[in-house]
Amino acid sequence: MISYIFRRTLAAIFLLLVVSAVTFAIFFLLPRLVGQTADQLAQQYIGKSPSKADILAVKHNLGLDQPVYVQFWHFIKGIVAGADYNIGPTTVHCDVPCFGYSFKDHVAVWPQLTSRLPITLSLAAGAAVLWLVSGVAIGVISALKPRSLFDRTFMGVALAGVSLPMFFTGNLAILLFVFNWPIFGRDYVPLTQNPEQWANTLFPAWCSLALLYSAIYARLTRSGMLETMNEDFIRTARSKGLGERTVVVKHGLRAALTPIITVFGMDLGLLLGGAVITESVFSLPGIGQYAVQGITDNDLPKILGVTLLAAFFVVVANLVVDVLYAAADPRVRLS
Amino acid sequence: MEGKAPIMRRSALAAIAAIGSASLLLAGCSKADDSKNEGKSAGANAATKGVVNASDKKGGTLTYELSDVPDSFDPGNTYYAYMYNLSRLWARPLMTFEPGPGSKGNTLVPDLAASKGVPSDGGKTWTYKLRSGLKYEDGTAITSKDVKYAVERSNFARDVLSLGPNYFQIFMADGDKYKGPYKDKSAKGLSSIETPDDTTVVFHLKQAFQEFDYLVAAPQTAPVPQAKDTGVDYVKHIVSSGSYKFQSYDEGKQAVLVRNPDWDPKTDPLRKQLPDKIVVKLKVNPETIDKDVLAGDAIDLAGTGVQASTQAQVLTDTAKKAGTDNTFGGRLVYMAINTKVKPFDNVACRKAVQFAIDKASVQTAEGGPIRGDIASTVLPPDIPGYVKSDVYATDGNKGDVAKAKEQLKACGKTAINTNISARSDRQPEIDAATAIINSLKKVGINASLKQYPSGKYFTDYAGVPKFTEKQNIGLIMMQWGADWPSGYGFLQQILNGSAIGQSGNTNLSQYDDKNVNEMLNKSIATPGDAARNGIYAQIDKKAMDDAVLVPLTYFKVLLARPQNYTNLVSTAAFSGQYDYLNIGVASK
Amino acid sequence: MTELSKTGVATGEPVAAGKTPEAFLDVRDLKVHFPTDDGLVKSVDGLTFSLDKGKTLAIVGESGSGKSVTSLAIMGLHRLGSRGKNVRMSGEIWLNGKELVNADPDEVRRLRGREMAMIFQDPLSAMHPYYKVGDQIVEAYRTHHKVSRKVARARAVEMLDRVGIPEPGKRVDSYPHEFSGGMRQRAMIAMSLVNNPELLIADEPTTALDVTVQAQILDLIRDLQKEFGSAVVMITHDLGVVAEIADDVLVMYGGRCVERGRADEVFETPQHPYTWGLLGSMPRIDRETSERLIPVKGQPPSLINVPSGCAFHPRCPYADIPKENVTRTVRPELQQVEGGHWSACHLSAEDRTRIWTEEIAPKL
Repeated sequence: MISYIFRRTLAAIFLLLVVSAVTFAIFFLLPRLVGQTADQLAQQYIGKSPSKADILAVKHNLGLDQPVYVQFWHFIKGIVAGADYNIGPTTVHCDVPCFGYSFKDHVAVWPQLTSRLPITLSLAAGAAVLWLVSGVAIGVISALKPRSLFDRTFMGVALAGVSLPMFFTGNLAILLFVFNWPIFGRDYVPLTQNPEQWANTLFPAWCSLALLYSAIYARLTRSGMLETMNEDFIRTARSKGLGERTVVVKHGLRAALTPIITVFGMDLGLLLGGAVITESVFSLPGIGQYAVQGITDNDLPKILGVTLLAAFFVVVANLVVDVLYAAADPRVRLS
Repeated sequence: MEGKAPIMRRSALAAIAAIGSASLLLAGCSKADDSKNEGKSAGANAATKGVVNASDKKGGTLTYELSDVPDSFDPGNTYYAYMYNLSRLWARPLMTFEPGPGSKGNTLVPDLAASKGVPSDGGKTWTYKLRSGLKYEDGTAITSKDVKYAVERSNFARDVLSLGPNYFQIFMADGDKYKGPYKDKSAKGLSSIETPDDTTVVFHLKQAFQEFDYLVAAPQTAPVPQAKDTGVDYVKHIVSSGSYKFQSYDEGKQAVLVRNPDWDPKTDPLRKQLPDKIVVKLKVNPETIDKDVLAGDAIDLAGTGVQASTQAQVLTDTAKKAGTDNTFGGRLVYMAINTKVKPFDNVACRKAVQFAIDKASVQTAEGGPIRGDIASTVLPPDIPGYVKSDVYATDGNKGDVAKAKEQLKACGKTAINTNISARSDRQPEIDAATAIINSLKKVGINASLKQYPSGKYFTDYAGVPKFTEKQNIGLIMMQWGADWPSGYGFLQQILNGSAIGQSGNTNLSQYDDKNVNEMLNKSIATPGDAARNGIYAQIDKKAMDDAVLVPLTYFKVLLARPQNYTNLVSTAAFSGQYDYLNIGVASK
Repeated sequence: MTELSKTGVATGEPVAAGKTPEAFLDVRDLKVHFPTDDGLVKSVDGLTFSLDKGKTLAIVGESGSGKSVTSLAIMGLHRLGSRGKNVRMSGEIWLNGKELVNADPDEVRRLRGREMAMIFQDPLSAMHPYYKVGDQIVEAYRTHHKVSRKVARARAVEMLDRVGIPEPGKRVDSYPHEFSGGMRQRAMIAMSLVNNPELLIADEPTTALDVTVQAQILDLIRDLQKEFGSAVVMITHDLGVVAEIADDVLVMYGGRCVERGRADEVFETPQHPYTWGLLGSMPRIDRETSERLIPVKGQPPSLINVPSGCAFHPRCPYADIPKENVTRTVRPELQQVEGGHWSACHLSAEDRTRIWTEEIAPKL
C-alpha cells in the first residue's frame, strides 16, 4: 500500500512535469507556428508606441528573449529554488515554490493561487455536499420507484439541470435571490471570518452548481441502483429477512455508491482546478477567474500556474479515488 | 512623431462584446423596483447638461464596480480613461479637467500646479509652479522633484512600467537618450526636466507644443516619492497626494480608499472629499454591475454603458429612462478607405464609396441612435475644432446610388472588387460592415468581409500597410478616441502622413497629404485655442474633401445614473464618463 | 439409486382450499403471473403440492418451467423491490399452519431467514462482495435474534465449522471472493441454516460447482437436514441430484406440474413423456458411453402464449396417439396413477406402460 502510494506519487510528479512542458509548448510554439513572434508577445505588455528598444527591454524583463527550453528550465528551477524578478529599483524574490511571476499583474503566481484557493474550495466543497446528498437521494428514490410520478418528475428536472447552462441558472439565481428577493448576500467572506455570511453568500452559487451536478448524480445513482437492486445478493439479503430499508441502504446503496464515489472524486478534483463559468457568473475571485484572466491577458505564468494546480488536483483526486476504491471494494487490490 | 499606437486610450470596449445571450433572457424578468424611485431622477440626459444631485453632503460609502481589472492603479502605469479619471483621487497631476457637463468638461484647470503652464521659447519650454503646502498621506512635503521623478519612471522605464503612454519620451528633449530612473541612478536624471527649486518644474521640449497642458493632465505627472517607489510593486503601496488614500489593495479583487487626513482642502480648489470610504470592486459580473447601478448604489467604473439587455429594459421604462445619460464618448466610428489600394488611390472612387453607404442602416447595425449619432465629420461634436458639415449628404443618410455611380464613372470604373476588414470579436462592427457591404453592392462595389481578432488588429493585420495592400483590403473598419480632448490629440494619429508605421499603424487610410501634415505641425505650435481649433476644422474639411474615411457614427454610451449618489456630471474629457472627482453619497 | 423414503410423503389429493392442512408446507393452486408489455407471463399457473418436515422435495424442470418462481413465491420475495407491484399471486401457501400469500408482508419477512431459508445457484453473486462472510452470517443471525455481535460471531464460526470450512475462526473474516466456489456454497448454507430454519429451499445449489464439489455439497445438505430435521425443497434441472437426495419429485413444465410422486416411483415408472425425456438426457455413470444421450427436443414453451391443450404437445413424440386431436385441444389434468404418484397426460395407462417398458427404458 505504502509503496503503491509512493510509486503513484512519483508518477504524478512526472505527469505534472509533462503537463507543464506541454503547456509551455502550446503557449510558445503554437503562436510561432502561425507566425507570431516573441516581439509581438512582449508588445502586449507595453502601452502604446513602443520603440524597438522598448520591446527589447520588456522582452528581456519577461525572460521572453531566451530560448524556450531555458525559460522552461527557469520555471522548473523556480519551483524548487525560487527566483528573482526585476521590478524596477530592486529585484524581488519569488519564494519557493515559485510558480512564476505574472507578466501582467507583476505579482508572484503562487500566493495568488493560494489566496484564491479557499474561495474555489468553498465553492466546490459546498456544492459537492449539496449535489451528492440531493443527487444520491433523488437517484435512490427514483430507482426504488421507477416510472413513478416522482421518478418521472425528477428525471425530467435532472435532464433540464444537465442541459441548462450555468449562464442561465446562475444568472437566474442571482436575479431572483440576490436582487428580487435579497435573501442572499453577494460579497464573499472567508469562512474563518464569518461562517454564516460565508454560507449565505455562497449558497446561490452552490445551488446553481449543485443543480448541474446533482442532475448527473441522480441519473447515475438511479441507473446504478436499478442495476444493483437486481443483483443476486439483494435477493439473498431479502431472503435473510432483512427490513427493506436495510436492504436498500446497507446492501443496495453501499454497492451502487462505489462507482459514484469514483466519479465524485474526479469531479471534485476537476472543480478544484477552477469552476471557470460559475466563478465568473457569481463574481467569485477564485482559481477559475484567475485562469480566465491569464488566458485573456496571454499571461503565461498565470496559465501555467492554474494548469499545474488543476493537473495536481486531478492527479491527487485520481490517487485518492483509487485508494478509496480499494478501501470500498475489498475485491480491488492496489499494486 | 512615431506612429505605432495600437489602441489609443483603451476604453475597455471589448467588454461590450462579452455578454452572453443569457442576459437577453433575463432582461424581461425583472420588474422589481420599477416605480419606487419615480420622480426622483433629474430626467434623461440631465448629467450631460449640468451637475445632477449637486451636494456637499459628507459621509457614506461610494462603490465603483468593474467587470474587468484595470491595467494598474499606479498613476504612472495606466492608460485607461477611467483610471485617468479615478486616479485623481489619490494622484494629483499638474493639470486636470474641470468637472463640467459635456464638452465643458474639457476645460483645463491647474491641480497640483498653482496655475496653467507658462510657455516660453515659442512653446518649447513649459514652466509650472506647484501650490504651496502640498503633502503626501504620510505628511511629507510634495516637491517638484517628485513630479520630475514621476514623469521619468512612467515614460522612460519601459521595461518595468510599460502600460502607460510615452508622450513625454517622445516630446522631451533628449528623451531618446535617457534610460529611466531604475537604470540611470544619477541624481540628475532626465536633463530636459529641471527643478530649480522645490515648487518649480520646467519641461524642455524638442519642438513647440502648444497643447502641453493637456499632456501634463495625464496621471503620469502626479508626484511619486522616489524613496517609496518600488517599481512594479508601487501599485501595492501607492503614496497618495490626493483626497483619498488606500486602506487596502487586493490585487485583481478590490481596493478600498479612505479619507487622506493629510490632504489639505486649502491646497485644492477642486476636490471635496465627500464619502468616508470608496470601494473599487473588480471582476464583477456585468449584469450585477447593471443591477447595482440601477439600484442606485454603484458606478460602472469603465463608463462603457449598460449591457444590451439592460439597455432594452431601461429604454422601455419611462421612469428608468429618466435616470440615464446618453452621452458622446469622444469617439468616432468610421471606415477608413485605404488610399494605397487600387482603385481607391483615385479620389472619385473614394467619393463613390462615400455616397454609396447607407449610414442609417449602419447606425441600426451599431445598435441604433442610443449607440451613436450619424457622423459626417472626422472630429466628434465633443472635441474642440468640430464644425458641423456634411460634404456627402444624402437623403435621410440612406446613400445615393445615382451620385455614387456618377463618381464611379468619373473614376473610370463600373465595378470594384475589394475587401473590408473588421474585428471578429466585435459584433456591432461586423454588423456595420455587413450593412456597408449591402449598400456598396447596389452601386457595383463588391466587398468581402475579412475578420481579424481585435487583439492583433493593428499589430498583425489592419495596422500593417503591407498586409492590407497584399490582401487587397481597401476598406477598414475602425473606431477612434483621443488621448486628450483636442483636435490635435484626435487627428494626428489617424491623418498624419508621418504617423504611418509598418506595424501598429493607425493612419489606416495611409493618408499622406502635405497640406494636412503641415497644418498638423503648424497647429501644435500655434498659441491660442481658437486659432488652433480653426486649423483642426480645416484639416477635418480637407480629409473629408479627399474622402479618405467615411464617418459612420459619433459613438455614444448609455450610462445609468446611480440615484443615491451626488454630483454626477458626464464629462467629455473622459469619454463621457461621470467625473469621478467629487461624487458623494446622498442620505437615504 | 439412493435410499428412498417409504412413508409420510404428503403428495396425495390436495386438501380442500381454506382448510388448515396437516402438512408442514402446503401449496394450493398457486398462480404467479407477471403482466408485461408483451402480455401476461404465467410463470406458475396452478401448482399444488405439500411437504412434511424432515423430507426433501425436488422440483424438476427446464429453465423457465416455473420452478424458481415457485421457490421465490414461497419465500415471499416476488412482492419486494421495484417489481413487487407488478406480480399477481393467487392460491395459498401454508407454512407450519400460517398462510403466506395473503399475509402481511412484514409477517412474512419475520419468517424469512428464521423459519424458511434459501440458498442460491451462484454463491459468488449471491453473497455481498463488500462484506465479510462472517459479517453476512452475523447479520442473518442478528436479524432474528437479539444477541450481541460477539455471540453472533461465535455462532457464525460455529456454523462455518459445521459446514466443514477449515479454520473457521480465521475464515470468518474473509471476503466471499477469497473463497473457492465450494467453500462459498458451504458458507451460503451456513448462513441459511444459522437460524435453524424448518424449511430450506435450495435453488440449483450445485449447478455452478464442479462435479466433485457437487457431491460434497449434496452430502452436506443431506447431513444437515438429518441433524436439523428441516424440510428441503430442492430446485434442480438435474435428475442426478434428485436421485441423490429427494424423497419426492415434482416435474414442472410450462408453469404447471406434469408429474409428481415418490422419487422411486417416478424413477422406476415415470408416467409423462417429458419425464422420459429428462431421464433420457440424464448422464449416468453406469451408462455405456456408446449410447447417446436423448435430449428433450424443441424449445421450452412460451409462458405468454402457452400451447393449447397439453403444453408439451409440440415437443411430444406421442402427441398423435390419443384420438380426436385431444392433445391439442384439451389440457390434461393431474390423474392419480397409484398412491401418491400423479401425472397429467392424455396417453392411456396402457400406452404409457408400453412405451416406457418397450421404447424408453431399454435405451436408458
